[in-house]
Amino acid sequence: MLEVIIAIFILLSLIVYALMGGADFGGGMWDLLAFGPRAKRQREAIADAIAPIWEANHVWLILVIVLLFTGFPGAFAAMMTALNIPMTAMLLGIVLRGSAFMFRKYDLKDDAVHRRWSSVFGVASFFTPFFQGITLGALTTGHIRVEQGHVLTGFMAGWLTPFALACGLFALGLFAFLAATYLTVDTKDEPKLQEDFRLRSLWSGLALAPVALVVFVTSKRGAPEMYHGLTRWWAPVLLAWTSLFAVAALVALWRRRFAVARLAAIGQVTLILVGWGLAQYPNLVTPDVTVTKAAAPEFTLRLLVIALGFGAILLLPSLAYLFYIFKGRERG
Amino acid sequence: MNDFLFARSQMAMSLAFHIVFAALGIGMPLLMAIAEGMYLRTKQPVYLYLCQRWAKGTAILFAVGAVSGTVLSFELGLLWPKFMEHAGAVIGMPFSLEGFAFFTEAIFLGVYLYGWKRVPPLIHWLSGVLVVVSGILSGIFVVTANAWMNSPTGFKVIEGHFVDVDPIAAMLNRASFHEVVHMTLAAFVATGYLVAAVHAFFLLHDRTNFFHRAALGIALCVACVCTPLQILSGDLSARAVARLQPAKLAAMEAHYQTEAKAPLLIGGIPNDQTMTTAYALGIPRGLSLLIAHDPNAKVVGLEEFPRDQWPNVQIVHWSFDVMVGSGVVMLVLTVCVDWLWLKRRRLPDNTWLLRGLLAAGPLGFLAIETGWVVTEMGRQPWIIYGVMRTHEAVTPMPGLVVPFVTFTVVYIFLAGVVVALLRRLFLETASGAPDQPAGAAHA
Repeated sequence: MLEVIIAIFILLSLIVYALMGGADFGGGMWDLLAFGPRAKRQREAIADAIAPIWEANHVWLILVIVLLFTGFPGAFAAMMTALNIPMTAMLLGIVLRGSAFMFRKYDLKDDAVHRRWSSVFGVASFFTPFFQGITLGALTTGHIRVEQGHVLTGFMAGWLTPFALACGLFALGLFAFLAATYLTVDTKDEPKLQEDFRLRSLWSGLALAPVALVVFVTSKRGAPEMYHGLTRWWAPVLLAWTSLFAVAALVALWRRRFAVARLAAIGQVTLILVGWGLAQYPNLVTPDVTVTKAAAPEFTLRLLVIALGFGAILLLPSLAYLFYIFKGRERG
Repeated sequence: MNDFLFARSQMAMSLAFHIVFAALGIGMPLLMAIAEGMYLRTKQPVYLYLCQRWAKGTAILFAVGAVSGTVLSFELGLLWPKFMEHAGAVIGMPFSLEGFAFFTEAIFLGVYLYGWKRVPPLIHWLSGVLVVVSGILSGIFVVTANAWMNSPTGFKVIEGHFVDVDPIAAMLNRASFHEVVHMTLAAFVATGYLVAAVHAFFLLHDRTNFFHRAALGIALCVACVCTPLQILSGDLSARAVARLQPAKLAAMEAHYQTEAKAPLLIGGIPNDQTMTTAYALGIPRGLSLLIAHDPNAKVVGLEEFPRDQWPNVQIVHWSFDVMVGSGVVMLVLTVCVDWLWLKRRRLPDNTWLLRGLLAAGPLGFLAIETGWVVTEMGRQPWIIYGVMRTHEAVTPMPGLVVPFVTFTVVYIFLAGVVVALLRRLFLETASGAPDQPAGAAHA
């Protein structure tokens, strides 16, 4: 029971990371792809939206990692061994992205210098979530086999399959869509800029549909257990709601109801990850490492749940305050 | 070099890089909070300007520290999966708590750096105080985990499995207290002296500059309060290590033979074959006196331990001497500062003192780096002291030279950029700062 609570907390952190940090990655992508007469303003709007909150946003990933290695140490060891290569690639992306963003802010206000950091920031914003999607996908393929703590299938299993690669692409598209949708709300004082992001959001939202289809089709062979999971009773309900949110987001964008679009996009991303979690359960690394088998001793789990409770009491109001200051209360 | 050595090198390099940013991430917010507090009290705009300047530097340092810290949390598993598989349940707890502390720090640093115009002054200052507190807590939790590796408790090993796991006992292991105190003070001392050196440099050219005098005053306050405490905590640490890890202590002191009235050896060339240390400066009975506070006490030497349980004596001994030497120089400077201050009742600005402070700027960080070499290399060949050897924990992944070289190149590049950016910030600061005290308050 306790291990399931920890697993739910991990999934929740992952969802918040996707909603917050994912949108930051998306912002980086739009930074790199900025074009048109307002390219400079687009970049500035993205930087303003990200700057005060991005450190906090990216702590969610650290939370996922520490909860994983405290609550499920065996699973963590297996994942880090089997997926050493994509994880290392992702780390490199995180380092370059985080530092380039700060360097750009504090380096010379010279255009050439600015563009150089922008490129590093932008490229790493593509690179990192792509490998995150691949990693998450690889865990469900069933290609990674683990016996008594030893990874049997080497270092290439799972993450180079069409399914995992499709997951990588899907993560890219999802984050780009999420970021553009948030930015329509952030730029409501500048209608032309808002229109730029509205179009980007609509296009990326539409482009997401065929990628989602590819993920679904490749999952039949690429991630059979998850595919079966998606045929259980709750799956049609979840799928229907996810599609509903996706369509609602696009319609709201079309009709310029930006606040509604943002909510719908949040719902969409949340349900996608909830669906992934449900389909994956009880596996952490399909099929050999499960929530029960990899769980830490009960005393550790109990302490961890208590710590999470206190942590939430401490952190959530602080986080709400941060967002209230920079996102809620408007622009002095 | 084999994969095992590349794994160790990558971990060492990542830690050596991160610790600089971690220590500044603990020390700088304290300086900022003091400066802003002074501003709120005195309404002198110079303090506000100072605080905002320091905040800019801190933002850069914090960003690099955050990413290099993220790298470490992954590297624990990427390089040492067998360690994490067994130790995760025992010692994951402080890492989780550190996660929360770091989260708090990130949130309030966001408020602090970007909220100058969005929150009232007092709330802004309190955010800064929360950054200081959560930064200290982050450091404490992480060091606790390291202390456990040196003095593991809170579990039993039965047939290769860790059972009867008690994460609280693990956190409260016998090395935690002295390691935590020593590292926290080290962060303040190192930051204080580094910042003091920067402003001493400017004061050497412009002795009356009000801005740099204010900055030097705050930095010296922190450095000179913490340095004597750090020497005391060093004594506490050394005696604890003698009790908990006698092999490490013997390596630190290049002390091969168990003997009473043991001399303290400074420098020299330790030789494992002959079990002697040539050319060392020996202080009769010094080691016995330091370790047991008794000039006749018996001190255990390396000869008591099997050869395959010795750390690298040369590296550990020299690193230890460099750390202690740096500490002594900083203590001498502290004494000079205090004496000059007591004599004249104002900020000491004697040319030789400023030159000394400038030269001593990097010593705090030199001491931190060499101190961690002592802790980590001195623990070898164990990753969990007496329980698991480091080579048993390493990943089966081949080709570890690739990530080692890649991350080393990236980190060298990052270090270069950070230094260049901070240098530019300093030079901008030098021009444009208020260099006279203001008569009236204005924001």
